[in-house]
Amino acid sequence: MRIRVNPDKCQGHSRCIGLAPDLFDVDDYGLSSVKVDIVPEHLKQAARLAVDNCPEYAIEIVEE
Amino acid sequence: MTTNPVSEWATDFDVLDPAYVKDPFPIWDQLRSSCPIAHTTRRGRTWLPTRYEDVNSIAHDIAHFSSSDVGVIPFQPPDGEEIDESEDPLEYGLPPISADPPLHTWTRRLILPWFSHRRVSSYIPMTRSICEMLLSRFSSSGHADAAVDYAQQIPVRVIAHILGVPEEMSDTFTGWVRDVLEFAENPEKRSDTNGALVQFFLDQLELRKKEPGDDLISSLLQTEIEGEPVGDGIILGMLVLLLIAGVDTTWSSIGSSLWHLATNPEDRKRLVTEPEIMPLAIEELLRAYSPVTMARVVTEDVKYQGCPMQAGDKVLLSFSAANRDPEAFEEPETVDLGRKHNRHLAFGAGIHRCAGSNLARMELQVAVEEWLKVIPEFRLSNPDEVTWAGGQVRGPRILPVKF
Repeated sequence: MRIRVNPDKCQGHSRCIGLAPDLFDVDDYGLSSVKVDIVPEHLKQAARLAVDNCPEYAIEIVEE
Repeated sequence: MTTNPVSEWATDFDVLDPAYVKDPFPIWDQLRSSCPIAHTTRRGRTWLPTRYEDVNSIAHDIAHFSSSDVGVIPFQPPDGEEIDESEDPLEYGLPPISADPPLHTWTRRLILPWFSHRRVSSYIPMTRSICEMLLSRFSSSGHADAAVDYAQQIPVRVIAHILGVPEEMSDTFTGWVRDVLEFAENPEKRSDTNGALVQFFLDQLELRKKEPGDDLISSLLQTEIEGEPVGDGIILGMLVLLLIAGVDTTWSSIGSSLWHLATNPEDRKRLVTEPEIMPLAIEELLRAYSPVTMARVVTEDVKYQGCPMQAGDKVLLSFSAANRDPEAFEEPETVDLGRKHNRHLAFGAGIHRCAGSNLARMELQVAVEEWLKVIPEFRLSNPDEVTWAGGQVRGPRILPVKF
């Protein structure tokens, strides 16, 4: 699985890092980025949780 | 100020109507299925969208919906007083919340690092010790007012610490914030309080100029934008905002969450026995009891979803109404502490997403955790004694519990 944050949509809610701290980094201004290339098996559920809780629809699964 | 009771919510709503303050949820449900954008002319022409999709899209449409006046209750100067705008110390408003780009953009960037996810983690120990101290005052007495003795006391102390102003002044700060937000219809009170708030921060600015510290106020004073200092007027507006926005809102959220746990023993037990669901539970409590409504000002005549909005009209963005929309949430009336699909808008959306959301979320979680550690079992002393505030910010103000 690969996931991506759309920087044009991200508004810094930081829901993703709260729910999946192993998958995301956020900078001082709240902009989120994915810190893994491939989502490990045991974090796939966390990745889906981050997708389903982003109020800006900024996170997408680009490859299952 | 008393108002006429509302009989037609679709065409003559009033967010200060006692029925709306106490229990707005059935009113929104009824509007969503009959007239999803309600209208009123009480306190000026105002619209109230109740669907998630509309609240979300208006929050993102900054071209048509300005943040130049985010107040839900318009400020009317006391009789006989006129506002001389040339002498208004808050001539820049309260940026970034009351600003549109470009002022919004750079003032927001100045404060965001103070409330980043990382920075907020460093405030956790301080917040925990505030909660422990407050709990120690009443934990052996068997009863407390969870709003007055606890919820109300936490955010004001945390923000005082971050601003570097005396924590002992917390009662004064709380009074000011309530005057501005809750008693907004009392012009004398609001006018006096605006003056006191401004003078307090002007004094703080002078103090920091003489003796800079490592606090937020000193940092703003030392910041330069394109080689120029930020300017006292803008800093003043930002400081007044940080105090007002960070106190009533979070305290309301903590209070509503404790009210929920006092009245729902199953959820209380679940949080005690399954602490691992805490992050999801906190988001669900934020969704179900979102405290904040923010206003927007229509910039030009526009027909929105069939509603003839005119330039200058206000639109009230009730994030709580959006968060109870069945089109956006499965069984929205059910508080499900393990809810997995939850794109709630408790902190707004778009470029004005609450700058303090990380701080608020942390304070709510720590406040609930510490309370449950010391008082895992509690219930309302008397449901009839509970009172709620509403309008701009909704939450319990009197919340007696026994344990």
